[in-house]
This record gives sequence, C-alpha cells and structure tokens, in this order.
Amino acid sequence: MEDYLQEVGALTMRWVKRLSREKFSMVFTLFQPMVFWLIFFGNLFQRTANAEVVQAPSYIAFLAAGVVVMTILNNGLAGGTDLLFDKENGFLERLMSTPISRTSVVISRFLFVMTITSLQVLVILGVAYLFGVHPVTGLPGVAVIILIGLLFGVGLTAISMALAFSVKSHGDFFSMLGFLSLPMIFLSTALVPLAAMPAWMAVLARLNPMTWAIDAVRPLILSGWAAALPKIGIVVIVMTVFDSVCLFGAARAFRRTLG
Amino acid sequence: MGSSVAIEVSHLSKVYEGKVTAVEDITFQVSQGEVFGLLGPNGAGKTTTLRILITVLRPSGGTARVLGLDVVAQATQVRQLIGYVPQERAIDRFLTGREHLQLLASLYHLPKDRAAKRIEEVLKLVNLEHKADEVARNYSGGMKRKLDIACGLIPDPKVLFMDEPTLGLDVQSRLKIWEHIRELKARGITILLTTNYLDEADQLCERLAIIDGGRVKAIGAPNELKSGLGGDVVTLTLAPGDLDKVEGLAQALKAQEGVRAVSVKQNVLDIRVTSPEKTLPAILNQVVARRCQLEFVDYHRPRLDDVFLAHTGRRIEGD
Repeated sequence: MEDYLQEVGALTMRWVKRLSREKFSMVFTLFQPMVFWLIFFGNLFQRTANAEVVQAPSYIAFLAAGVVVMTILNNGLAGGTDLLFDKENGFLERLMSTPISRTSVVISRFLFVMTITSLQVLVILGVAYLFGVHPVTGLPGVAVIILIGLLFGVGLTAISMALAFSVKSHGDFFSMLGFLSLPMIFLSTALVPLAAMPAWMAVLARLNPMTWAIDAVRPLILSGWAAALPKIGIVVIVMTVFDSVCLFGAARAFRRTLG
Repeated sequence: MGSSVAIEVSHLSKVYEGKVTAVEDITFQVSQGEVFGLLGPNGAGKTTTLRILITVLRPSGGTARVLGLDVVAQATQVRQLIGYVPQERAIDRFLTGREHLQLLASLYHLPKDRAAKRIEEVLKLVNLEHKADEVARNYSGGMKRKLDIACGLIPDPKVLFMDEPTLGLDVQSRLKIWEHIRELKARGITILLTTNYLDEADQLCERLAIIDGGRVKAIGAPNELKSGLGGDVVTLTLAPGDLDKVEGLAQALKAQEGVRAVSVKQNVLDIRVTSPEKTLPAILNQVVARRCQLEFVDYHRPRLDDVFLAHTGRRIEGD
C-alpha cells in the first residue's frame, strides 16, 4: 500500500509539474474557453432568450449550469491526451517496465483530471457570480455540483484514456474528440431547455447523460434543495450506470496496453 | 556456458493480432556480464524481442527468462531487477533531468534518502550533473541519451536493456555513449542492446544475434562470425593479355597450403585464405614464377556486413 501511494503520488505530481512548466497553458487551462461561452454567449443571447422558456432570471443564470457541465465534458474527453503522447513517444513503455502496479498510471491521471476539473468549475461559478448568478444553495450546493462533476468526469476520462490507448494515430484521437464533443453539447439542455427543443432533438437529449447532469446542477443554482434533491438522486443512478459502462468498455483497452 | 545465464530466450514467437508475425522461433542465451547485441534492419523483430524481455509485451509462444525468472509469470520480480533504456524520444521535455530520475526512483520505491544518493551517483556516471536542473527540452540529442541511460540505471539493475542506444546521434556523442556502455560492462552489468549499426555491433558486443524477418540467422562473437565465412579474401586481377595463364595459376594456387578456395571469373581470381600473413607471399611467388602480369590486387578481412550478407542474402540498410 505504501508503495502504491508512492508511485501514484509521483506520477500525479508529474502531471502537475508538466502543467506548471507551461505558464500560458496553465492560465488557459484554468480560464478555459468555457469562460467565454459564459460571458459572450450568455450576454449575447440575454435579450433573445425568453425568460419564460428558460425559466430563469437571466439567460446567463440559465447557461451557468450548462457551461459547468460543458467544462466537465471537455476536460474529461481531453483527459487522455497526455497519455496519448506518452504512448507515442515511448514514455509509457518506460513507466510500464518499472515494478509499479498496472493501475497506477491510470489512477494518477484520474486524480489529476478530476482536480483540474474541480478548479475549473470553481472558476466558472466565480465568473458567473460576477455576473450576478448566485447559487441559491450556497457553498454546500457548490460542493454537490463538484461531486456531480466528478461522477460524470470519471466515465468521460475513462473513454478518453481508452481511446488514447486504442487509436493508431493522434490525428484519429483529436478528430474523434471533436466529433463527440459538439453533438453532446447541442443534444443536451446546456443551451436551451428540453421544452424548447424540436421534438426529435429532445428525444436524443434525454438519452444524453450530460442532460441529466445539467438537470441536477441547474436547480442547485436556480431553485434550491427541494427541487434539486430528486434530480440529484436520478443523476447518481444515471452516472453510476454511465461510469460502469465506460469503465467496463475501457478496461479492455487498459489491459491490452498496460498488461 | 561456464558462467551463469542472465537471459534465456527459448523458441520465442510473437504474432500481432493473429496475423502479423514479428518474431518466429527465436532462441538465444546471454551470460552474466556479457554485452549481447541484436543486429538487424528496421522491422526485423529486434524491438519486439526486447519488449517481451522487459515484460511490456506478452509472447505468443515460447519462453523468456531473465535471471531465471519468467517474464510473463514473474513479471513483477523481473521488473525489479532490470533497467530499460528506450529510444531517445521517451523523455518528458517539460521535466528536468533530476525530476526524471526522482520519478523513476519513486516508481522503484526507493526511500527518499537512498533515492537522493542514487540520483547523484547516476548523474555523475553519465556526466550530467551540471545540466540536472534544466528542463529536458533544452537538452541535445546526446544529453537526452545520457539521461535515458541514467534513468535505466536508477534501480541499480543486474541486466540493462537498451533499444538502439545511439540511433540518430552525431559521431562524438556516439563514441561517448559507447564509452559509457563499456564502463557499465566493467561494473559487471549484463547488457542486451538492439542496433542496426554494424560498427556498433562490431565494437561493443561480445556476441550478437543477426536477426532478419523475425528469425535468428546467426549467433556468435563478431570475429567468430567473420572467420566462419571461410577466411579472408585476396582478389587478383591479371592483365587481359594473360587470360590464357589464369587457369594454370588457379590450379597451382588450389594446391597451395592455406588456400581454402579459388574462384575464377575471366581474369579475376577470388582466393579465400585462412592466414593471409603466410599465404599472401606464396600467392605472389606463384604469380611471379608463372610470369603473370598483375593489374590489381585487393585483400580484405570479412567485415560484419559480409557476414550479414552471407546469412540474409542482402545488405543491412541505413549504415
């Protein structure tokens, strides 16, 4: 156990060091493009969006939950990127030739991605706060939002890592990510509520785990515990299923690459 | 084999995804303290063999043991005893040299104080102390290679595996890396390296296996392999006017002691000799006695590329 903590600690610190060496990248990672979605998209559509349709005091207040979950989505889907480079340049093989547990590398990546995602969620909520979006459930609500993010992020990161281990070239990896990410966003309740969608899109959006995550985060920001709790119960179930499917699917790729 | 065996590979094979055969029925042994080379062109199966030995790839058939431990069933124990030096690019350019070594030390579960001591030792061994705290992005090719070797030495391995240790390096860095490898050998470390450089195999390896198309074509010490070809080659080219004398000269030379074979092609005689020092004067005496006029004389020892050519039917690329 002591050995395991030592290896996972050292591997996680490597990700942190890498990030800290790229000052620009660090700033841009924390203040992600997602912030611009919130600021520009939120303000741009303020007058176009009908308050009765979005059921929120402002469009930006409605959008906040969507942007939080979009951040989780993008981070999770990109979570395997560094492992992809490690695989391609042989660093991964160097790691796997040492007497470490076969799970350490993957676990270190989960820890790192989850930590970064949580920090980003805080930044997004902080920026939203400046625009007058004050989560009605307060800090406990923010903590629950982060927990929901972790639940969703585990499955996404697992998919991303499995993809990184399986693709033939990194061009494939990035085009698949690009292909996955946009439909996930548009076919969810990130930008508009289900009721305002064309029927066929609403059907697809209901199948998207992202919709369920947003539907639990949004009342935590806008309505309060009474409205949020049932949604939280549902999202825990949905995410348990989602994560199990992702981890089960990824396990094969992990075993093939990591032995 | 007198000394004990460090690496034992027996009928090893690897088939990728059930169709591409990378390695087929490879068998060889490496003694403790030996520097052993796998020589072959790109795609010959050298790296596949190496990856099986360092436990990151499972063989499809056959067995491989390192220090008596099976690389599949006892992989974790094998990993504790070996060091691995991958190809140059396997460096994290955002980390400093020291951070690489600290990471590796943690992965080998060294306690902090022992890790610090070991890191200083290996940095000194590869002369990288002065650059240890610079990020690897700023390293030259030769320095990256030194860092690679330092990483491989962190666990104080009994057996060191090196994949193409000097691929893409300039001549000076190459010679330095060779020096380090000789130094490691002097410390008693068993080294298995892959290379597609003939001179590297010739200069560094006590024994080598020539691999082509996933199979071992020949195994032995470089000198053994060369002399196994049947001796040095003396080539005589007679003046065109002496064409009628060629046959007689060939017959006389065949009877000469120390001559193993003579082949004639028009006015050119290829003579394989066992000991050129003794045979060459005798050959020239015959030429003079028969009043033959020489146009050209060439003599060379078999080189490793002659060996490679003889066993694989083609020349190795990229050298």
